[in-house]
Amino acid sequence: MSPAETDNFRDMSTAAAVDYLVDYEGRPDDVDSRIGRSDHAQVTTRDVFTPDIDIDDARQRWLFRMIHTRRPLQEKMALFWHNHFATAFSKLSADSGNTQAAKMFAQKAGVLRGPQGQLELFRQYALGNFRDLLLDVAQDPAMVVWLDGKSNTRAKPQENFGREIMELFTVGVGYYTEPDVYAAARVFSGWNLRRSEGFRADDPNSYQEFIYNADQHDTSVKTFSFPIYSNGDKTIPARSESGGMQDGVDLITALAMHPETARRLSRKLWNFFVSEIIPPDAGFVDSTAAVYLQNRSEMRPVVRHVLTSSWFTDPSAQFARYSWPAEFVTRAIKEVGWQGFSLDKAKSPLSNMGMLLFEPPNVGGWPTGSNWFSTATMLARSNFAATLAASQKDFLATALTPDGTTPQGLIGAMLDRVTPAPLDTAPQDALVSYLLAGGTWTGSSSQISTRAAGLARLLIGSAEYQFV
Amino acid sequence: MRLSRRLFIRDGVATVTLGLAAPSFLSEIAHAQGLSSSKRLVVVYLGGGNDALNTLIPYQDASYYSRRPTIAIPAGQVLQVGADVSGRALGLHPRLAGLSNIFKDGRLALIQRTGYANSSRSHFEAGDIWGTANPQSSIGSGWLGRYLDTLPRPLDALAAWNTTGETPRALLSALSGVPAIPNVATYTFASPNRGAAAADEKVAARAMAANPAAGRPHLAFVNSTSLGAIETLDRAAQAIAYTPSVVYPNDGFGLALRTVAGAIVRGVGSRIYWLQTGGFDTHAQQGAGGGNYGALMGTLGDGLGAFYTDLRNQAQINDTTVILYSEFGRRISENGSNGTDHGAAGLMMALGGSVRGGLYGTAASLAPGNPTLENSSGDVHYETDFRSVYARVLDQWLGVNSVPILNGDFRAGAPAIF
Repeated sequence: MSPAETDNFRDMSTAAAVDYLVDYEGRPDDVDSRIGRSDHAQVTTRDVFTPDIDIDDARQRWLFRMIHTRRPLQEKMALFWHNHFATAFSKLSADSGNTQAAKMFAQKAGVLRGPQGQLELFRQYALGNFRDLLLDVAQDPAMVVWLDGKSNTRAKPQENFGREIMELFTVGVGYYTEPDVYAAARVFSGWNLRRSEGFRADDPNSYQEFIYNADQHDTSVKTFSFPIYSNGDKTIPARSESGGMQDGVDLITALAMHPETARRLSRKLWNFFVSEIIPPDAGFVDSTAAVYLQNRSEMRPVVRHVLTSSWFTDPSAQFARYSWPAEFVTRAIKEVGWQGFSLDKAKSPLSNMGMLLFEPPNVGGWPTGSNWFSTATMLARSNFAATLAASQKDFLATALTPDGTTPQGLIGAMLDRVTPAPLDTAPQDALVSYLLAGGTWTGSSSQISTRAAGLARLLIGSAEYQFV
Repeated sequence: MRLSRRLFIRDGVATVTLGLAAPSFLSEIAHAQGLSSSKRLVVVYLGGGNDALNTLIPYQDASYYSRRPTIAIPAGQVLQVGADVSGRALGLHPRLAGLSNIFKDGRLALIQRTGYANSSRSHFEAGDIWGTANPQSSIGSGWLGRYLDTLPRPLDALAAWNTTGETPRALLSALSGVPAIPNVATYTFASPNRGAAAADEKVAARAMAANPAAGRPHLAFVNSTSLGAIETLDRAAQAIAYTPSVVYPNDGFGLALRTVAGAIVRGVGSRIYWLQTGGFDTHAQQGAGGGNYGALMGTLGDGLGAFYTDLRNQAQINDTTVILYSEFGRRISENGSNGTDHGAAGLMMALGGSVRGGLYGTAASLAPGNPTLENSSGDVHYETDFRSVYARVLDQWLGVNSVPILNGDFRAGAPAIF
């Protein structure tokens, strides 16, 4: 949290804070209009800033949103869905070129011709209905390219999407069979793409959009190992070509409302909001899954349930998650400062930390939790701390000078800004030693300038700070 | 000297992270363990499920061509490697000239139809099974991690070197942490200051990371990861000061191989190197010789060709073995996207100056109904248990007893690649 946000939340009750976060629609989605303001974090423009068709600009815009949004939970859930429906720029770019690929991820509705990008879908549905989101994702051009649906035909069904929608997007391994995969591939046969008239890959107004190709749909019956319909029927009936798109709608609805989907999403939300140190609590999973099913897969009541649950507010859930690199970078910038700092400088560090946005390693998303940490990724985190601290040297010196008359005062003031997990005595002593290593503490401006930046680097780069 | 061990739980495995050896002792430990002069193993993981039938092509099998009308490699283009013991003629993908040359040297082993019963078609589960070496479990420690656990203590912090950013299942262990060093150039300690203040920061960071964090195992894990990084910086930097004898391809895989060669030639002393190259999930537009798959093969063959030649020039190839595997093979028949979906048995490879090259195992007959197939003749059925190849590598190359590491005796029937 930035110091201003800390002030905002300080006097709120927990219930009021949860409402503030969850019921974000009352506050404007105006964050993009503030890009370019000198009192916000900066973006690097190459000629012009084109975040709808340039992936590096889109990355900067997303980080800017994470830092400056008035709706933090919306961006946080967008990140959750990006990981859940993990789609990678590199494959889209190889398929459709850089401009089209960036557009498929990042175009805001209406900026250019063609459908909104996948990220905008995730923002739209951040706390929306999961079944509706799943249905839109199945028709999202980025997803249709990513999992090869664009060539899923009657004669040769394509299994990629049919498998992953069950393995990764809904029920998970153990709750479907190999024949289910083959049946699902046939269900989605004909769920393809079409190109706009006069399509040119480098034309920002060209686009690809979803089309149901009726004559490429396998119209025969498809039987699954789990119920598709509420009467328990496991078979999708044979349909006409023109009506065959309903097959996919039926399957998606069945998967979204499957009790194991409810449980799987509940476990993922536990890991995302509550703890990665304590395994998902059975009572939490049961109750969250029940809220999900009772509300017909509406996510807003589900997330409200999570954030108001005793598990979330329990002290054991504090600093019980390994922060994702995007969370780490956002938090560090908000807490240390963003004066004149270009978010483009976060791109390589995020990549070295293992989380280049729009480039998950595979369809399973990023391996989270302790998997974020290796010697290399930890170095990348602490080296980003160094880059950020160097850029905020003057800002920190000004902000901390009033408290810099003693080393302890400087450390105390810094810990009012940055929020690591509690420090044991040994690391506290190491920080004091660091401040005194250059000689007697005088509190001179040059001493504060040098050592405050070093202190920020050490705290942001500490193990304690990697937990949220 | 002191060596801290911090218990850390992942998937119910107690994983101990890097030992906190002082740097001046590290090379002594390496020498004491004989690491710098020992045989080393380089593992290359092909992520995504490699299409074994287009790596090693049964170019006289009519069903290969009828079932892959747009992606079969024309018989005239394959790089012939002779016939296996069942008399089936085979050839490497045309972009694998680098591997073909090693085969001609007699130093490339091609082990056909490797896998296990009821092969998982999930990337993640299958990848983890190849890591644990246990088809019944995709969680727990990995086979290479359990090998590292057998090395004498204190363990050299660079006993193994992971060139990817995250630790693969195969390297997870109960007692031995493995540093991840994907890019030596960025494997440095940065500071917002220069000179004395920067040096002071490194001292302070080391002191903070050395905090045992009693009662906070997750914090201790990150601390020791941090400390492991600081302790390995200087030795890892040696690898970048290396001038290879050949030009490596300028792609991620080529650069990782160049780094490994540097570490080997400069005597860093790691026994295990882990590399990964991805993109093998070729559901679409594989191409028939060119295309997506051709590019993958080019990356693989050119990189390994350069690596082999370089280490031969540097007189290191006889102490180096490379093994390659993927999580599964792919469906025999192509799909509607001119690609292939997830299949079963795959192709393992081994190369190096001490490898007994040749064709191992027998090719499947791709005609529907043949007993070498499974899944209604959709997939290739395995013939050689992948764990028997691991066993051979452990017993005959790394010189340890494979039975406890693999939790079973898989030595019988292992291909005699050493």
